[in-house]
Amino acid sequence: MTTDLSHIRNFAIIAHIDHGKSTLADRMIQICGGLTEREMKEQVLDSMDIERERGITIKAQTVRLEYKASDGETYILNLMDTPGHVDFTYEVSRSLAACEGSLLVVDATQGVEAQTLANVYLAVDASHEIIPVLNKIDLPAAEPERIKEQIEEVVGIDTDGALNISAKTGDGVAAVLDSLIERLPPPQGDVKAELKALLVDSWYDPYLGVMILVRVQDGVIKKGMKVRMMATGAAHQVERVGVFRPKTEMVDQLGPGEVGFITAAIKTVADTSVGDTITDDKKPATEPLAGFLPSVPVVFCGLFPVDTGQYEDLRDSLEKLHLNDASFHFEAESSAALGLGFRCGFLGLLHLEIVQERLEREFDLDLITTAPSVVYRIHMSDGSMRELHNPVDMPDPTAIDFIEEPWIKATVMVPDQYLGSVLQLCEERRGEQIELTYVGNRAMAVYRLPLNEVVFDFYDRLKSVSRGYASFDYELLDYAAGDLVKVTLLVNAEVVDALSFMVHESHAESRGRAICEKLKDLIPRQLFKIAVQAAIGGKVIARTTVNAMRKDVTAKCYGGDITRKKKLLEKQKKGKKKMRQFGNVEIPQSAFLAALKTGE
Amino acid sequence: MTDIKNDIALYIHWPFCERKCPYCDFNSHVSDTVDQAHWRDALLSELAHFAAETQGRRLTSVFFGGGTPSLMAPATVAALLDAAADHWQAATDLEVTLEANPSSAEQGRFADYRHAGVNRLSIGVQSLRDEPLAFLGRVHDAAQARAAMKVAKAVFERVSFDLIYARPHQSVADWQVELGEVLAMSGDHLSVYQLTIEPGTAFFREGVAGADEDRAVELFEATQEILEAAGFLAYEISNHARPGAESRHNLTYWRGGDYVGIGPGAHGRITPGAHGRITPGAHGRLASPTTFEATHQIHDPARWLELVGEHGHGTAKRRQLSPTERAEEMIMTGLRLTEGLDTKALAALSGLSFDDLVEPGRLRELTAGGFLDAAAGRITATAEGRLRLNAILARLLAPEAGA
Repeated sequence: MTTDLSHIRNFAIIAHIDHGKSTLADRMIQICGGLTEREMKEQVLDSMDIERERGITIKAQTVRLEYKASDGETYILNLMDTPGHVDFTYEVSRSLAACEGSLLVVDATQGVEAQTLANVYLAVDASHEIIPVLNKIDLPAAEPERIKEQIEEVVGIDTDGALNISAKTGDGVAAVLDSLIERLPPPQGDVKAELKALLVDSWYDPYLGVMILVRVQDGVIKKGMKVRMMATGAAHQVERVGVFRPKTEMVDQLGPGEVGFITAAIKTVADTSVGDTITDDKKPATEPLAGFLPSVPVVFCGLFPVDTGQYEDLRDSLEKLHLNDASFHFEAESSAALGLGFRCGFLGLLHLEIVQERLEREFDLDLITTAPSVVYRIHMSDGSMRELHNPVDMPDPTAIDFIEEPWIKATVMVPDQYLGSVLQLCEERRGEQIELTYVGNRAMAVYRLPLNEVVFDFYDRLKSVSRGYASFDYELLDYAAGDLVKVTLLVNAEVVDALSFMVHESHAESRGRAICEKLKDLIPRQLFKIAVQAAIGGKVIARTTVNAMRKDVTAKCYGGDITRKKKLLEKQKKGKKKMRQFGNVEIPQSAFLAALKTGE
Repeated sequence: MTDIKNDIALYIHWPFCERKCPYCDFNSHVSDTVDQAHWRDALLSELAHFAAETQGRRLTSVFFGGGTPSLMAPATVAALLDAAADHWQAATDLEVTLEANPSSAEQGRFADYRHAGVNRLSIGVQSLRDEPLAFLGRVHDAAQARAAMKVAKAVFERVSFDLIYARPHQSVADWQVELGEVLAMSGDHLSVYQLTIEPGTAFFREGVAGADEDRAVELFEATQEILEAAGFLAYEISNHARPGAESRHNLTYWRGGDYVGIGPGAHGRITPGAHGRITPGAHGRLASPTTFEATHQIHDPARWLELVGEHGHGTAKRRQLSPTERAEEMIMTGLRLTEGLDTKALAALSGLSFDDLVEPGRLRELTAGGFLDAAAGRITATAEGRLRLNAILARLLAPEAGA
């Protein structure tokens, strides 16, 4: 049995990190009785530990609510919870495509942040009805009227129907539910037409296998029927049909406007293509739904096990993680400095951090991450073009015509007392100002910036120059030619491959010097002095020396000490597993690790 | 002449002290009352146990260490020396050293120790300044140290003084003056140790910092220079003697010879059996004459006493060392000596050559770097090499990084 279209509303929540999106979702679930009191944990939808700890949403989540509205009718409300971070913009746009409207949640004490803007524009692009919601009005610092003005000025949407709520106390939340029913259009669709369902997302569940989140447009998807993926052409028997309330609950079928999941004996997430249209294998639709662009990794880095013996474990763990997150890429890589590992591609720096943290936490691995790099386009003299994901693979510069690097449009919102430092930072990073506007005492600066300057240590610097008050968002703009060079680090004239990096020529010397100085402090003194150099090709641009050790000898060594001394030697032997040999120099991996931590 | 395969040394550990010094990580315990007779019998029993396994060997030295062995009753010392002379053939020039503290009570016993058979006294002077002595937690002051040094020199032909330097805030100039005063009163031997903060000591817990690398080098080099000019040649990293006055007992450790260790926490290295005779080894198994074993007596004094009462010995651990282990120990200790490592002795005792243990490339690298000298039959650490010996040993004996 399918629900009548007029009694369905599909909506997303848009908000900046910490503005209370997940708390609002929890409160709604509670009001609609989706979970018992005992089952209610804080922020039910953020199911991963990392999500709960960091207060961020990584994977889009969905929940079907049954709400008895003030008109006495019962409605099905499908809530699509969206991630609040720039790295996961692609997830946001997918979720938005499955809804007709959005709640724009803004913290009434903080106001609009850069991320809010980006996601609101995505919702506007998706032709959503947008309901502004001012949250945290229970706090003394809340200024809902001022923030409403700000929303009108910055975002450019009408705030006449804005709602004041406190998701924490529950105040005003029922009014939000009523307002969704009144103001959002019901979904459109034809139950008799050929099946068309949007593949919104897919992930791996240890019990149910690959689960596919769908939004049905036309027709009905039923247990037992054979469906076909229109883009890949693969056909599968539907094994289960269900919804999240937020616990999984099996249903017989899903009709137009409905959101739920199916399982169909699909082996891996990689076999499903997000944005694909699912249709009936016997009676296929002729035209697919508008899909989305596939997500493309923009930041690359090497991941290496600290203990070289953990290489196989790392491979297994990456494969397992990939089952659930097909958006990161990995391939085997070998480094003289760090041993065997993987070159991995991510949607952004946060995505990188999250994958690294999950590998360390869920799979108990100790990892070294090399400096993040962006994707460069190398145009060769012979007219061919290749993409460079790893500075190590940089071709001979004499065969290169020119190099292009990705540029972004960056939006920074910051209290005006920090604006000067923020602008200075953007200028230092080769930024070109596009726009600078003030709203009250907050400024919005829009810059064109090279992505490689942002992955270096831009976030940390931005946070430090603005005392944490700046918010930042970006979108990829284009590629443009730049004077880019590869800087290599040499220890006693041997290249440390893991430390090579691509950089704009104007920054090469200062970055090279900084990393040489850092290594000088990190490499323990040894029997022989050690030359540390940074070079572009054969040309040394910075150098330092680690002086030779002057004294290292045990004062006493008699009968009983011999055994102790031997234990020391055994420890040194074991410690060598974590050392890397460069000529007659042994460098602890921890030195590379610390050198790779960019920024001071 | 010494015969490293036949000679044997004896170490006797007396675990008691009047108080525990904050830099000391040795097996020492503070106890008000010690039953001398009970302890004498237990030590005699353990001595007989190990002597039975090493019959017929020539005893070249005895060393009473601690703890504070100058708290032992002279009669206990005499009883142990008499028993040792019965168990083994005592060398005519048998060296018998006893470690002593410079307190006045102990000075009164020096002559009695001499009568008991001790012929070399090693005094823990540590410093001739009151302030550092207090910092080091010593019972004695500088005046007592000077008095003890005088008494010792009057009673014994061979006297050694222990000193601790590279103390916090110690300047090279101050140390030169202090060391000069020690030399003016010295016997024939000096052990000068740089203060090292060892885990498990009070200094370690309190976060006391030793000298930084540059000051440590400066002090070390000044020490070498002054002592050499005074005729006290460095024959080991921290040990200096007039020619012929080197500690024979300690040379046995560093040259890789056999030594029996008795008393709580004592370590030993023994080749059970004598002159190729097959004798029953420990735990009833047959030991071949080339078997080299490491012994370790139980640490806790009360428990040791109990075990000796039950089994005649208080061995906590005993295991055979592989030829590689024995050779590694010989390299570790041999390179501490100015005379260096005797590679023929290495081959004779372990059955392995230096090249079996160390990649030739490593040796070449370290000789080219000025840290080692390889002459016929000997590998020696240079002065520069001895200063950095830990790093050199790691380079010689540990495999390639990342392997």
